[in-house]
Amino acid sequence: MTDRTATRTATVPDSAPGAAVLPGDVSHEDANTRLRRGSRFSGSAVVMTVYILFLMLPIYWLINMSLKTNREILGGVSLWPEAPTLQNYETILTDPSWYMGYINSLTYVVLNTVISIAVALPAAYAFSRYRFMGDKHLFFWLLTNRMAPPAVFALPFFQLYSSVGLFDTHIAVALAHCLFNVPLAVWILEGFMRGVPKEIDETAYIDGYSFPGFFVKIFMPLISSGVGVAAFFCFMFSWVELLLSRTLTSVEAKPIAATMTRTVGAAGVDWGVLAAAGVLTIIPGALVIWFVRNYIAKGFALGRV
Amino acid sequence: MKTENQKAWFLVLPVLILVAFSAVIPLMTVVNYSVQDTFGNNQFFWAGLAWFDDMLHSERMWNALGRQIVFSSIILAIEVPLGVLVARNMPKKGVWASVCLVLMALPLLIPWNVVGTIWQIFGRVDIGLLGYTLDALGVDYNYTQGFYAAWATVIVMDVWHWTSLVALLAYAGLQSIPDAYYQAAKIDQASRWSVFRYIELPKMRGVLTIAILLRFMDSFKIYTEPFVLTGGGPGNATTFLSIDLVKMALGQFDLGPAAAFSLMYFLVIMVISYVFYIVMTNLDKEEGGE
Repeated sequence: MTDRTATRTATVPDSAPGAAVLPGDVSHEDANTRLRRGSRFSGSAVVMTVYILFLMLPIYWLINMSLKTNREILGGVSLWPEAPTLQNYETILTDPSWYMGYINSLTYVVLNTVISIAVALPAAYAFSRYRFMGDKHLFFWLLTNRMAPPAVFALPFFQLYSSVGLFDTHIAVALAHCLFNVPLAVWILEGFMRGVPKEIDETAYIDGYSFPGFFVKIFMPLISSGVGVAAFFCFMFSWVELLLSRTLTSVEAKPIAATMTRTVGAAGVDWGVLAAAGVLTIIPGALVIWFVRNYIAKGFALGRV
Repeated sequence: MKTENQKAWFLVLPVLILVAFSAVIPLMTVVNYSVQDTFGNNQFFWAGLAWFDDMLHSERMWNALGRQIVFSSIILAIEVPLGVLVARNMPKKGVWASVCLVLMALPLLIPWNVVGTIWQIFGRVDIGLLGYTLDALGVDYNYTQGFYAAWATVIVMDVWHWTSLVALLAYAGLQSIPDAYYQAAKIDQASRWSVFRYIELPKMRGVLTIAILLRFMDSFKIYTEPFVLTGGGPGNATTFLSIDLVKMALGQFDLGPAAAFSLMYFLVIMVISYVFYIVMTNLDKEEGGE
């Protein structure tokens, strides 16, 4: 900075006739940068506002719909409900065939998250700390399962789980979702574990910790944020999935996503209830998102970045 | 460096068993079906590679694949530049950065069928804000009947759903650039464009590659959102690979062709996964080298 000022003052005598111009030049440049900075700031604000409006508008419309009666919805388009009503939510929360959908979904999602994290933790540790025969192939093979299209697996899963008598149970869906959630959890946890220096492991062993003791008492607290993020992503990807959960269930473990198709009846679509059901499925994600906001990119990128 | 230890296999064993149960067995079923034919009654006989031959000459599959490639290309062409633009304009720190992060991530956490439902409700001409507005402006818009309207809605829906993923990854890449780089650029009086071209873009190269691969892969297996929104219609206009496959396998129970289709589909995914894996491991190496 000082260098540049020095050069500029040094050049002043050279452009002597323009001495009067120079101050004007400088202030002009200053104004220009200030303007540019100012407009850049507001430019950013405009871009972000437009983008976030674009994201929020459809969600706003869903909420708007969920607070209207069907008659009002079909009666014409209005930007907000004229007579806001919670009747649609009441329908869902008092009818077991509706709210059991949420309970079923939550049951298999939680089961899946627990299983995925439990098996992924030791595996991720192995991948992050040791070289062993076939480790790279195994790691790649896990990735292919995260990438596999569920549509390929729908029919074989249906037959597999029917033949072992697990069709229409929560555990069937939880196990099926392990297909993509276990690889996801292993990759995310491995990403976090490589950030923990190996010296910690060695020191703990010297101090006389056994492997399980070290893992639970020392290592787990160090990667607790990684476990939280991995759990969040397992929860989420199991929660948003429909194809497999719908194929593997009929009544007892029917997920909310499949229940929502019920709103299409003989009398047309029950838009209000459909919208309310939609709003209720957004809530779990919206509640915990604040806690993982700084790790969202890392989670989506499978623990890298 | 990592130490050599074959006992690490024991730590990996649970994952291996679990994923083998939920991936290898079903995949073997698919392989089984792909080389057999049936007249019902669970009686199967060997059909060799006939189904693969059939599928390779099936106009239906090539059409679905064509639509799939067009769809993936369009959404990548929109989402990647838009995501980078958004990432560059995000606040760098403070409360607003957090608020932006949370609001942007919201669409990513919505169940996929609800995403379809949201756009259904939003796009309908009679009750949707978007459909109603376009109709009032005199645009001929009906996503259940018009070919272009259906495609446009499916694409806008995907942009709405996933652009934030690209933006969040690019943002993470931008955050890793030390302030000193920008100061140096300022001293050199670099233009905004050269800052972007020579500082930001090279630093984002890794994350952007990940974003492109992830988006390509996930768009390649898209099923639920277009299925809820258009059901693959009008006609077959938005029938992508997964929708077609499910129609074939669960709808018509054409097991042989569906299985052959699945395996070829899977092969494509494997190849892309491999590219992804190579990129990831190279990225790890670079990181380790610094």
